[in-house]
Amino acid sequence: MPTGQGSSATGAPVVSADFSDITRTDASLRGFLHGLPGVDQVGAEARAASLGTRSIKTTAKEFAIDLAIRMVDLTTLEGQDTHGKVRALAAKAMHPDPADPTCPMTAAVCVYPDMVATAREVLGDSGVNVAAVATAFPSGRAALDIKLADTSDAVEAGADEIDMVIDRGAFLSGRYKDVYDEIVAVREACGPAHLKVIFETGELQTYDNVRRASWLAMMAGAHFIKTSTGKVQPAATLPVTMIMLEAVRDFRAQTGQMVGVKPAGGIRTSKDAIKYLVMVNEVAGQDWLDPDWFRFGASTLLNDLLMQRTKMKTGRYSGPDYFTLD
Amino acid sequence: MTSPFEYAPAPESRSIVDIKPSYGLFINGEFVDGHGKAFKTISPATEEVLAEVAEADEADVEKAVKAARKAYDKVWGPMPGRERAKYLYRIARIIQERGRELAVLESLDNGKPIKESRDVDIPTVAAHFFYYAGWADKLEYSGFGSTPLGVAGQVIPWNFPLLMLAWKIAPALACGNTVVLKPAETTPLTALLFAEICQQADLPPGVVNIVTGAGDTGRALVSHPDVDKVAFTGSTDVGRAIAKAVAGTDKKVTLELGGKAANIVFDDAPIDQAVEGIVNGIFFNQGHVCCAGSRLLVQESVAEEVLDRLKRRMSTLRVGDPLDKNTDIGAINSAEQLARIRELSDIGEAEGAGRWSPACDLPSNGFWFPPTLFTGVTQAHRIAREEIFGPVLSVLTFRTPSEAVEKANNTPYGLSAGVWTDKGSRILHMANQLRAGVVWANTFNKFDPTSPFGGYKESGYGREGGRHGLEAYLKGGVK
Repeated sequence: MPTGQGSSATGAPVVSADFSDITRTDASLRGFLHGLPGVDQVGAEARAASLGTRSIKTTAKEFAIDLAIRMVDLTTLEGQDTHGKVRALAAKAMHPDPADPTCPMTAAVCVYPDMVATAREVLGDSGVNVAAVATAFPSGRAALDIKLADTSDAVEAGADEIDMVIDRGAFLSGRYKDVYDEIVAVREACGPAHLKVIFETGELQTYDNVRRASWLAMMAGAHFIKTSTGKVQPAATLPVTMIMLEAVRDFRAQTGQMVGVKPAGGIRTSKDAIKYLVMVNEVAGQDWLDPDWFRFGASTLLNDLLMQRTKMKTGRYSGPDYFTLD
Repeated sequence: MTSPFEYAPAPESRSIVDIKPSYGLFINGEFVDGHGKAFKTISPATEEVLAEVAEADEADVEKAVKAARKAYDKVWGPMPGRERAKYLYRIARIIQERGRELAVLESLDNGKPIKESRDVDIPTVAAHFFYYAGWADKLEYSGFGSTPLGVAGQVIPWNFPLLMLAWKIAPALACGNTVVLKPAETTPLTALLFAEICQQADLPPGVVNIVTGAGDTGRALVSHPDVDKVAFTGSTDVGRAIAKAVAGTDKKVTLELGGKAANIVFDDAPIDQAVEGIVNGIFFNQGHVCCAGSRLLVQESVAEEVLDRLKRRMSTLRVGDPLDKNTDIGAINSAEQLARIRELSDIGEAEGAGRWSPACDLPSNGFWFPPTLFTGVTQAHRIAREEIFGPVLSVLTFRTPSEAVEKANNTPYGLSAGVWTDKGSRILHMANQLRAGVVWANTFNKFDPTSPFGGYKESGYGREGGRHGLEAYLKGGVK
């Protein structure tokens, strides 16, 4: 890792524990994943909603807003992206609020692989990471060698983090072994870069599937598990993120290893972000309240966080024109 | 363990509610002085005196019953159902409009967290009035006829003061009865605010009368010869005394009494949601819930895992100021109740059960008890048999479904039960076997006005809520 962010907080390398008996065949994987406790949809949604009613005020709100800014993976993933746009985004990641030098940097900028070099050039060793989506993002519909080439291309261009997508077709048809092998292969192609595994939970549909995908990815060596590409609705939701937070919590209890969680897509307001942080705090625990272990994949969220931050500091709301577009 | 993310205090403002220094009785549409010895109601969270409340003596009760009788004969009884419905709808809407005020007052007087009074109690109260308002003009389709009983004497407990009022008053009024209601002596304030709401809704005088006081007032009310119907929610001991008092009279009675519910967790349960359900089952409303899941029956193969998760979850419960929006567990309602919880918990410890509570700072004033669980409890322990009515969970284990049923049913009570399993067929099987009025599947402590609620055995008789709840207030009812 070129920078500190993204490495294990304990300093220990994040490596897979011995799950070799489980991951040997489709049948053994199926036996394990389907043996995980089920998720009751109504109960899970009720719990997520009740955490959303926490009232975060004054000092707690200040803490949460700064933490949320430090957790943002500032993202642009558009066909219309240009080098100029990426340079502007990278500059913003380093200085989110040009008027206030005390404002923290974001965790990373997240771009397509062909934009990695540009982002790297601007960010240098600022401490803001470069994350690249790879593996035929967002659909993941390409041959394995192409996905691997996509990955190593991004890493060679200077990406610190790779956001891959799983093969949802394989997952939904029960070919868990294929999904597992692909994550292992991509992890290998990542070399020193950290791997985030995107499930596209909007396509997996059920919470049981989200829990199974979480364990599958963690056993395959994911550093982070991530909800969505942002290209499919629904993207990140509170209950889905809660199921993933429970999974990383349980995985650590079993293996001692921490895995990060990244909800992405649809988180636009400070209020939303704070709800997620409350959930991190109360479901996974305070150890995850760190950009190394929790990220927001977002573009518009940052400006709302900045506006709220300014409001907390000055007592006044300012208009959107006082914050940079990108 | 201090978290870097400490939630700052987020108190709900109490300025929305205007508590008067003293309250009279609500008889015949007006507030009048009582002739008993006035008493004080306090905030159990701080022991601060909130107001002085009149005590109704026998003569006051007599006046209230007379007012109710007159209103029944002249106004409410003869009024067409669709007209009665209008009043009930109006009351329901005012409750919604004044919801924040009622929630703050309920939390102040009872000690329950504002989150609960705001999100559970008051919305359910309004829903109850809306629901029974809908029945008022459709009674002929109820299966119990459409003839009211007359004057209902109703005595309610302190655990859900306004909600229990709604459970009693809404169906009674919808069916054409008039009522004299006695709220609990530790929590009279929301009932008195409800009296104001009756005035605001222009409810005809005498249809609803509220008499405050303690046991003597309640006794005078239920044994009054001109009361046609007695409805009581509270302890089994008082329920028994009421049953004796009305024996040999024509009065109809419904009793909703204590419980010692089993919350049964099978090894294939959705574990994380089951843990939420266990927490909600016993720590909701400080465990002051007659249908609380106070006995956790967990299958041995997952007992350790469930307990680990439960303890972790319990350590995130926030105990403290009921008016703080982030409080999960509020104050115990009274010094008397706190003493009982302490006594039974100490007995649990003395009988050899393993006592555990998360580290939590309790306020120095007021009545507080930490969320507590006991492991290694057997059917022979008193804490597995007696209703504690506090945030105290007894954990027992079982090996097979039939053992779970036997243990769950091995109690003099029979109010509620919970079953946690991913297997639909097992839910139905268990629901058939369990002798409990309410069986929740993969949830617990959920209340809806359309669903009947009530008990078996020492948990009482009669049903409240739903179509079944009409039976208790109509002449065509079975009893």
